[in-house]
Parts: sequence; C-alpha cells; structure tokens
Amino acid sequence: MTETEPVVSLDVVSLDNVTVQYGSNRALNGVTAAFGRGAIGLLGPNGAGKSTMLKALLGFIVPSHGQMRVLGLDVATAPIDIRARIGYMPENDAHIPGLTAVQFVAYCGELAGLPGADAMQRAHEVLYYVGLGEARYRNVDTYSTGMKQRIKLAQALVHDPDLLFLDEPTNGMDPKGRDEMLDLVRDLARNKGVNLIVSSHVLPDVEHTCDHVVVMDKGRIAASGAIDALKQTRGRVYELRVKTPGDIETFFDRLRAAGLECHATDDDVVRVFVPGDGGAHQLFSLAAAAGVQVRHLRPSVATLEDVFAQAVGEA
Amino acid sequence: MPIHDQGYKRYGGTRSHGRAWVVIFTTGVRAMMSNRKWIALMILSWIQFIVRAVQFYIAANFSQAAIVAPSAATFRDFFDKQDLPVFIVTVWLGAALIAQDRRANALQIYLSKPLTRIEYIFGKLSILMAFLLFITWVPAILLLVVQVVFAGNFQFLTANAYLFPAITVYALVEVVMVSMAMLALSSLSANSRFVGILYAALIFFSDAIYNVLRMVTGSTSVSWISLGNNLAQVGDVIFRVPLRYETPWPVSLAVVVGLVIVSGIILERRVRGVEIVA
Repeated sequence: MTETEPVVSLDVVSLDNVTVQYGSNRALNGVTAAFGRGAIGLLGPNGAGKSTMLKALLGFIVPSHGQMRVLGLDVATAPIDIRARIGYMPENDAHIPGLTAVQFVAYCGELAGLPGADAMQRAHEVLYYVGLGEARYRNVDTYSTGMKQRIKLAQALVHDPDLLFLDEPTNGMDPKGRDEMLDLVRDLARNKGVNLIVSSHVLPDVEHTCDHVVVMDKGRIAASGAIDALKQTRGRVYELRVKTPGDIETFFDRLRAAGLECHATDDDVVRVFVPGDGGAHQLFSLAAAAGVQVRHLRPSVATLEDVFAQAVGEA
Repeated sequence: MPIHDQGYKRYGGTRSHGRAWVVIFTTGVRAMMSNRKWIALMILSWIQFIVRAVQFYIAANFSQAAIVAPSAATFRDFFDKQDLPVFIVTVWLGAALIAQDRRANALQIYLSKPLTRIEYIFGKLSILMAFLLFITWVPAILLLVVQVVFAGNFQFLTANAYLFPAITVYALVEVVMVSMAMLALSSLSANSRFVGILYAALIFFSDAIYNVLRMVTGSTSVSWISLGNNLAQVGDVIFRVPLRYETPWPVSLAVVVGLVIVSGIILERRVRGVEIVA
C-alpha cells in the first residue's frame, strides 16, 4: 500500500473503522479515512465500495460497525442535519418523473427547506449555471443522458450545500459534455467554496478536478493523500516496449516476481515501476534472463494511473 | 470558458425543516389538478351527492315523498355507493405514487434531502387521502348541511347526533385502509399498471373466494376473507345499522387494522434510499 499521509487538518468527512456488510459480502471492511476540505477524489475499480461509502455517509445504509462524521456531525444521530448541508448526485439516472427541469429543481430546493420563491429563483440560477438554461421548461423525462447528468448536479446544488457527493459525474457523457461537467466541478471546488467528494473510476476526471485522492479496493482504503505527493513514489517509472519469443505475460510474471509493478497501456507500451534504486539496469537484466529484446525504454513521470495501479495491485 | 454561466451564488436565505411532507402533498395535488381527466373524475364522483341533495329537497318539501326521507341508513348507503369512485381514484392516483418514483430512481433523490422516510410516506399518503376524503367525507358532511338547509330545522341532526362522528370515523377508516394498502402495493413494483392490476385483483379475488365459500358453507361468517366486506361490516357498526354478515365485527375490525399494519411494515421495508440485494 502507498504510504498514507493526513490529507488536511480540517476534515469534512471522517470514517472510523466502518464496516458495511451485504449478506456475506463486506462492501466496506473496517474503513478508516478522512476527507479534508476542497475537492477529494474517491477512486477505485467497480465494486471497490465507493458508492457504498457515499450511501453510508448519506444514511441510506447503516454500517454494522464503526462511526462516521460529516461536517462535524455524527451520521448515526444527526442524518437530517447532515443531509440539509450536503448535496448528492447519484450514479444512475435519477429524477422525479412528470416535472419540467425548473419544477424538478425547485421542488428539490423546497424539499431541502428553502421557501418556495427562493427555491424557484435558485432553480433558475442553478439551471443556467449547469448549462440547462435554455431547456429548463422541458420535461426531464425527455432529456438526453448528458442533460440528465447536468440536472442531477443542479438538484444537488439548488439548496447551496457545503459538501457535494458526486458519484461518477461524467457517466455516459460525450467528450464535450464531459469537459464541461469537469469544469463545473472544478469551478465549484476552486471558486465557489463548495467541498466535493468525487467518486469515479475514471482517473483523468479525478486528476482534472481534485487535489487529493482516496483510493479504494475491495472495501478497504488502498491509498490516500495529495495526488502530487502520491506520485512521488520511492522508485522510478519506465515506459517499455519489448519483443518476446513467447507470451508477454511470462515476462510480466518474472518482473512481478522480482518485486516490480507493471501494467500494459493502450498503445503497446508497458509501464514498469521499479522500486528503490534498481533503475533501468535491473530491467535489462531481467529481460536478458528471460530472452526478451528491449526495443524501447524511457524514464517516465509517475501518473495517477501508476498510483492507482500500484495501490490496487498491492491491496 | 465552457461554463455557461459563472454566476453561481451562495444562498443566504432562510431554511426550514419538517415541512417536506407538505411540499410533497401540495406538489402532488397541484400535479393532479392540472389534469383535465382527473378533474372530470372528481366531478363525476360528486354525482351521487347531487342526486342525494335532490332527494333531500323533495323529502323536505313534498309530504308525499316521505318514503325518501333521509335516515342514518341513507348516509351508510351513500358510502356504499361511493365505493366505485373510491376504487377508481385509488387505482388511478395511488398505483403510481411510489411505483413511478421507483421507476425513475427518485427515492434516492428524495431521501438525500433532509426528510425522513416517514415524512416521504406521509407526504405520498396525504395526496391520496386528501382526494379520497374529498369524494367521501366532504360530500357526506355537506349532505348533512344540505338536509338542515332544506328541512329548515335541526330535528334530523339532533335526532341523529352521532352521524357527524360516524361519517368522520368511517371515512377515515376507509381512506386510511385503502390508501395504506395501495401505497404498500405501489412500493412493491416500478410498474404502476401492474400495481393497479394487483390492487384490483386483491379486492375482487378476495371477494370471489368469499362468495365461493359462502355458497359452500351456506353462511356469511367467512366474510372476513373479503377486504371490502370487512370494511362494510365495520361501517355498519359505526352507522348503527343492522350488520350484513355473520362475522363478528371485532374480527372484521382486526382484519382492517391488520391490513394497515402489514402495509406499514411493507412501506418501512421498501421505502429506502438504496435497494440492497444481499
């Protein structure tokens, strides 16, 4: 596991030894974590327990063990007070049927305790903010996937929460829409003073919007900390292109057996993390021993993908 | 900058909590009242009131028409005859109340706001209850008023002083039972048509079984099997008219109360922000 460091001093969310169990499956297994102010990415492969964590923090799921605090309030004893101060953008398509966008968002504002007139005014403002100003009188049932993502953000924002939970905010969006959504998320965190927890398995999304990450795998915290700090791993990363006489997986197995982390990228390049001071020399030695020709080797900068792969691989 | 409007502002106004069910109620009522077919149904549901009002007028003004003079049984009969509008309103409105929210994954939107599950259920329940009371309790009470106005005296009202509480209690028993049962069924599926069919099947199937057993046993003591018959039996007790079935009325009342409790348990289990499949 990557070395864990405290994220920031003022935590908006903290979990202390939290376990959530679905039958025999432990979705969260003794999780202890802290989420500071600003934008925090919650990373992990599908089924890692990210959504379960958010739903437990919302009070939808009661943990079998442990304690959770959000904005200084205990989730077990003050869930309503907490939900008054947070906004939740669910992962899957979710809306209240039969309403236009402005009715839907204003309705959500009223449900959150805003007076009717204020809720309506905020609904208009927020819909313009998320880029749905022109479509605000359309029935939400007729919206495209990208528009539904935006309106989910609008309903989460209408009551001006102090903390936003965004579960896979770019799901199903086209590249342009995705960029706009990420800019919105970034703007909220950087310029509007809204704290964010962005749950995603899309690493570039998290890297674009967040400064800190918590990496989850199999219901546990695999790594956490500032992205820049996590990238400064003790070791070096190399990009490698090789020609093997047989199956490349055999070569990968040799690398792993020697304590090196490796994963293939989309463009025929293998990224290898060499811990300690071994460097390229160790790679050449292993390749020679395996009868593999090294056609290309280049030192590389560690990315969030390396951090993720390393954390998940070791967990 | 691709952000369409940078003008997002923090909110500095007031917030209040604990009135979310009122928001759900008013929004639901407003949505229904914007539907012309629904308004037509509401008007049709008041036809019996008009017929009864004419009956009361004739009885009050023409001595030859004493045979149609109102009695406690008239009011009991009024509720019996309102069963059809009550059924249609329940199926039309009630079937979709939670089923539609389940289909659109709206429960997690609702429950991520500062409202409890009970507030959500009560908000949904109040929509159906309000319309059902509008076609049962309101016209029945107005009939009492109409009787006084047409007769020009309080004789009937003082002689039948229990009618006002009887109308109120029976309307509440009927509306609570029907609304809770329908809301519970609505929480079981995301398909409102299926829910409507399920409710109709429950009513008619239990009645059919009762009729078969009545023919086999030759006794009406098995009337507790039929949901509608239990309500009728309790209604007869409340209106102090002869009981129509041999089933002891406490048994019928127990079935009505049991149905409400079971519906409550179903709602408690089904209305959650997340569906857990263990």
